[in-house]
Amino acid sequence: MTNTEIKNKIEKIFEGLVFSGEESDFLRIEANKDKIRDLMQKLKDDGELSFDYLFSLTGVDFGEELGVIYHLESVKTRKLIQITVKTERENAEIDTIHDIFPAAYFNEIEAHEFFGIKFKNHPDLKHLFLPEDWDKGYPMRKDYTDINMLIR
Amino acid sequence: MEEFLTDQLKTQEYFLNMGPQHPATHGVLRLLLKLDGEIIRNVDMDLGFIHRSIEKMCERNTYKQIIHLTDRLDYLSSHMNNEAVCLLVEKALNIEVSDRIKVIRTMMDELTRISSHVLWWGVMGMDIGALTTFMYGFREREMINDIFEETCGARLTMNYNVIGGLRYDLHENFVKRVKEFIKHFKKKLPEYDKLLTNNVIFRKRIEGVGYISEKDAVAYGLNGPTARGSGISCDIRKIHPYSAYDRVDFEEAIFTEGDSYARYKVRIQEMWQSLSILEQLVDKIPEGEYRVKTKAVIKLPEGDYLQRVEAARGDFGIFVKSTGQKFPYRVKFRSPGFANLTALNKMTQGLKIADLVAVLSTIDIVVPDIDR
Repeated sequence: MTNTEIKNKIEKIFEGLVFSGEESDFLRIEANKDKIRDLMQKLKDDGELSFDYLFSLTGVDFGEELGVIYHLESVKTRKLIQITVKTERENAEIDTIHDIFPAAYFNEIEAHEFFGIKFKNHPDLKHLFLPEDWDKGYPMRKDYTDINMLIR
Repeated sequence: MEEFLTDQLKTQEYFLNMGPQHPATHGVLRLLLKLDGEIIRNVDMDLGFIHRSIEKMCERNTYKQIIHLTDRLDYLSSHMNNEAVCLLVEKALNIEVSDRIKVIRTMMDELTRISSHVLWWGVMGMDIGALTTFMYGFREREMINDIFEETCGARLTMNYNVIGGLRYDLHENFVKRVKEFIKHFKKKLPEYDKLLTNNVIFRKRIEGVGYISEKDAVAYGLNGPTARGSGISCDIRKIHPYSAYDRVDFEEAIFTEGDSYARYKVRIQEMWQSLSILEQLVDKIPEGEYRVKTKAVIKLPEGDYLQRVEAARGDFGIFVKSTGQKFPYRVKFRSPGFANLTALNKMTQGLKIADLVAVLSTIDIVVPDIDR
């Protein structure tokens, strides 16, 4: 299955997505954050596409906005796609997908504590890597500064 | 008496800390156990005791400087981690490397895999209570470390790959030493089986323990030998061949039982396969350049890049978001150990604490890889 074929199939089951990178090694998709759960569920359940493996979940500071990049893979076809979701910087909030992909559970905690992206309906957004009493902001954001940071 | 116990004595769940300073957690990992007597009801984890924020450091380093930071992730597969960065940049800039580089990289990968699996085997036995294995494992590991030391100048964090090739050419003793090692290890691997694989006490401890089904393994994002123990074909060397893996003949080790013993057998099988790859390549190292000249300052064109390699613990991925500058905008290390560890709770439901140690050992975690 080529990237263009994947694109056509996804367009049939879901509307309102922006595609790019058909010529490169993986398809890139930009999605609306309100519909991310629906999209993920459909990509996972579709018999032919069956994107059932969450390869990685990356929090990103885009500058004006924050966002999450999901990499989904199909165990059957071994094809990989990249889904980007953006959210506003203040009160960043995205729906959790940990009940669709259990692998997202700890990755969402990580994105929350380093980027301050809140995952709606996640049961326990605790501190995982940082100390329990951490209150100095979100270290992986671009505007974060710390007196202990040697390279600026 | 029996009736009295069940009627009058009430049990209640309690909480126990395991780690961060605990030998069985293989580093500074803290597990929070919810127990009913000795039976595990829930395993939660607390990480970050050696979190160095390498991903953030990468945003302030050039691509050439990133390579040596990846050594410090999974230090037992340092060669594969280095290679992932090099392959990513080479693919993005269309740098074609010579066959000699590809073959040497593949051989180094497989030596690293054996040395990592041998260490795992030693520690696995020790976790269960068989102290001899640790000595046996380190004896073989020492030979590989000596090979690395001669060629790379270091024994653990080799930092041997550079963008466009290798840091140094092979040492003149390399081929001889590798041949010696193959001969030696071929005799020793069956001994491993006699000592541990077919040992009744050992098998009773891990057979049927820590089961995870194929469906759950996919859902939790398991990868590497841990997933192959549940029957998932996920070897990146087969799926997306890189370096010289497309020209060697080897089998992907897969077992379908899904328990700790299956994961154990996968790694033993992988050591045989690595040996076979080494045997195929050792006499066929092509002549040629060991490094392609690259620019002093490397800038990746704007875009998203992803490179995956099969490290000793599984599917190691590097995701780079570039804005066309000499520093990457965002780097994400997809660590195999982190994904595998998230399934620990699922695997250990209803087991005893002693089993948790055995299960943790067959997942084969390295904490710096998880903390990053």
